[in-house]
Amino acid sequence: MSALMELEHFAGFRERVEMLSGENVFACYQCGMCTAGCSFADEMDVLPHQVIRQLQLNNWKVLESNAKWICASCLNCQTRCPKGVDLSKLMEAMRQIYLRQQLDQVEITQLSADQIRCLPQIALVASFRKKTG
Amino acid sequence: MSTSSENTIRIYVMGSAYEVPRGLTIMNAMEHAGWRFTRGAGCRSGFCGACSTVYRHEGDYRLRFVLACQTEAEDGMYLVQLPFTPAPRVSYTLAELNPDENVLLQHYPEIARCVSCNTCTKACPQDIEVMDYVQAALRGDIAQTASLSFDCIQCGLCSMRCPADIKHYHMAQMARRIYGRYMSPITEHLEDRIAEIEKGVYEEELDALVKMTRSELEDIYAARVVE
Amino acid sequence: MNNTAYFPGCSLKAEAGDYERSAAAVMEALGQPLEELERWTCCGTVYSLTDDDLMHQMATVRNLIRAQECGAEEIVTLCSMCFNTLKRSKVFIEQDAARLETVNAFMDEEPDYEGDVEVVHLLEILRDQVGFESIEGRVTRPLSGLRVAPYYGCTLLRPREIGIDEPDTPTILQDFIRTLWATPVEFAFQAECCGTYQIVDAPELVLEKSHRILNSAMRAGAEIMITSCPLCMHNLRLAYEELRSSLPDKRELSIVYWTQLAAIALEVETGELPTSMGKLVEGLPTTMELVP
Repeated sequence: MSALMELEHFAGFRERVEMLSGENVFACYQCGMCTAGCSFADEMDVLPHQVIRQLQLNNWKVLESNAKWICASCLNCQTRCPKGVDLSKLMEAMRQIYLRQQLDQVEITQLSADQIRCLPQIALVASFRKKTG
Repeated sequence: MSTSSENTIRIYVMGSAYEVPRGLTIMNAMEHAGWRFTRGAGCRSGFCGACSTVYRHEGDYRLRFVLACQTEAEDGMYLVQLPFTPAPRVSYTLAELNPDENVLLQHYPEIARCVSCNTCTKACPQDIEVMDYVQAALRGDIAQTASLSFDCIQCGLCSMRCPADIKHYHMAQMARRIYGRYMSPITEHLEDRIAEIEKGVYEEELDALVKMTRSELEDIYAARVVE
Repeated sequence: MNNTAYFPGCSLKAEAGDYERSAAAVMEALGQPLEELERWTCCGTVYSLTDDDLMHQMATVRNLIRAQECGAEEIVTLCSMCFNTLKRSKVFIEQDAARLETVNAFMDEEPDYEGDVEVVHLLEILRDQVGFESIEGRVTRPLSGLRVAPYYGCTLLRPREIGIDEPDTPTILQDFIRTLWATPVEFAFQAECCGTYQIVDAPELVLEKSHRILNSAMRAGAEIMITSCPLCMHNLRLAYEELRSSLPDKRELSIVYWTQLAAIALEVETGELPTSMGKLVEGLPTTMELVP
C-alpha cells in the first residue's frame, strides 16, 4: 500500500484515469443506472456511481476502494448508461494504475496445485490478466 | 566508430572497444581480447547453454541473442554475456506426479500470463518455436510441448526477455520428463531383454568372456558375426 | 457457409472437451464440419480495456493472421469469452490505422494483418448462414416437453457493438431451443454475470452470483440450463453441487452446453452429460455418456 501513497502527490490523477480509459468522467450525471444493474454492487465498499463521482472530484482515495477488484467487467453498466459512459474502462484504468506499479492483486505463488487442478485455464488466464501486472 | 581492416574487426565488450582478428567466434574473440571466462563458458560446442550472449550491431536498435561459442564475431558488435538466469525451477518428484493435462499449469501457473508476443521465440539461439510450446503447455498438450522444446539447451534467454516472467525452459524440461516417464511408448523388446538378463540367460556367456585371455578375446572378436 | 476457421481456445481442448465434441458432431451432421485453425494461440480470454495497451491485443491479431494465411474469411468460436475477446480486440485494432500499423510492425516475423477477417460465434453461423429452420428439419429426437433455461452470461451479448443479440431482451437461444422442439424458460437472471474469473481468488462471490442464477431458473420451472461459456459452465456446476443438497423436492437441474442439447436432438455424439439428463430423455441414445 505504501507504494501507492505516492499518488497523494500525483497531480493528474483524474487525467491519468481519463487517459488510460479514454472516457470523460464529466459525462456522468449520477443517475445510478450503473449501480442498479451491477451484479456485484452489494460487495463493493464504494458503489459504481459513487466511484465515478469521486473521479469527478479528483479524489485519488477512491483508488483504495475494493470496487475495481470486485468488478468482473460484465458490462451491465456500460450497456445501460444513458450517457454512454463506459464505467468498465474506468475500473480497468484504476486496476492498471495499481498493476503497472507491480502491485499484483493475485499472488500466483500462493495458489496451490490443488486449486489450479480444479480450475479451467480460462479462469487463470482471465484472473491473471485482470489482477496481475 | 569501428576501424576494421581486412584482418581485424572491432568489438565492444561491456562498452570497451577491442581489435580482434576476423573469423573468430564471439567467445574466442573475447578471449583474444584478454577476457577470461570463469562463468558463461562450458562445452564450447553449442550444447550446454552456458554462453548466452546479447549483442547489437552498431547503429541498430535491435538486441540479438546467440551463443558465443557458435557465432562468428562481426565488426561493430556490442556484446554482453548472460552467464546465469535466476529462474526458479519448481521441485517435484517425477514418480509421484499425476500427469494430467493441468500438471504443467499447476507447477508453473504463470504460463497463463502468456500474451503470445513471441519475444521468447525471437530470443532463442536454437530457433525453437518457444511461444508455440508455451501455448501447447497452456492447453495441456504435454506431448507437443516436449516435442517442440526438444532442442532446448537451457540458456535462459527466453525467460530473461519474457514480459510475463514465464520460466519456459524449466517448464519444458518438466514436460519432456513427464513425456518420457508417462507417455512415450514402452519398448517391449527392452522389457523382454531385461527379464532375460535377470533370469540369468547370459550369465554363462559373460562368465566365460571374463575368464578369457586377451588373445582368445581377439580371436572371437575377429570371428564375430556381423549382421 | 463462408470459408471459416474454427478457433477452439484453451479450455475446449481440456475441461470443455465435451463442448467441442458435441459441436463437431452437430456440424458434421449439418454437412459443415468444423476445420480447426492451425497454430492458433490463446486469445487472452478477457478484453484489455485500456486505450494504450497494444500488448494484449497481439494474440488476437496473430490469430487473425493465421486465418488470413489459410484463406479463411472468418474465425468461428464456441467459447463466448474467446468470441468476445477476439471480436472486441479486432474492432479496436482495425478502427485506428496507427494501431494496426504498430502491431504489424511489432510482429515482423508474421505477414501483415490486412483487416479482412471476421469473428463470429457458432450461434451466429447457425442462425444467419445455416438457418435454424434447416436444423429443425434434421431433428430426429424432438425434445418436446423439456423445459430449458437459456443462460446467456455476459460475453455473448455485451457490449452492444459486438453482441450477437440485443443485450437486455435477447431471443437467439430461446429460438434455438424451440428449433429442437423444447420449451424455453424465461428467467430474470439469464444475462447476469456468473462471477467469471473471480472464481480464482474470490470463489464465495462466484457461488453467490451463480446460486442466484440457478435459483431463478429453477423457480421458473427449468429442468435444463444451457450455456455457451466454459467458465460459466464451471461456475454454475460448482454452485449447483453446493446447492443440490438444499433443494426442495429433490429438484434437479441439468446444466449442459447448447451444442450438447442439439447433439441429443440430432442423435449424434454428445460428450459427457449429467446423470440427471438421463432421467429427462427417454430411451437413451447410445451417444450419451452419463456421469454423476
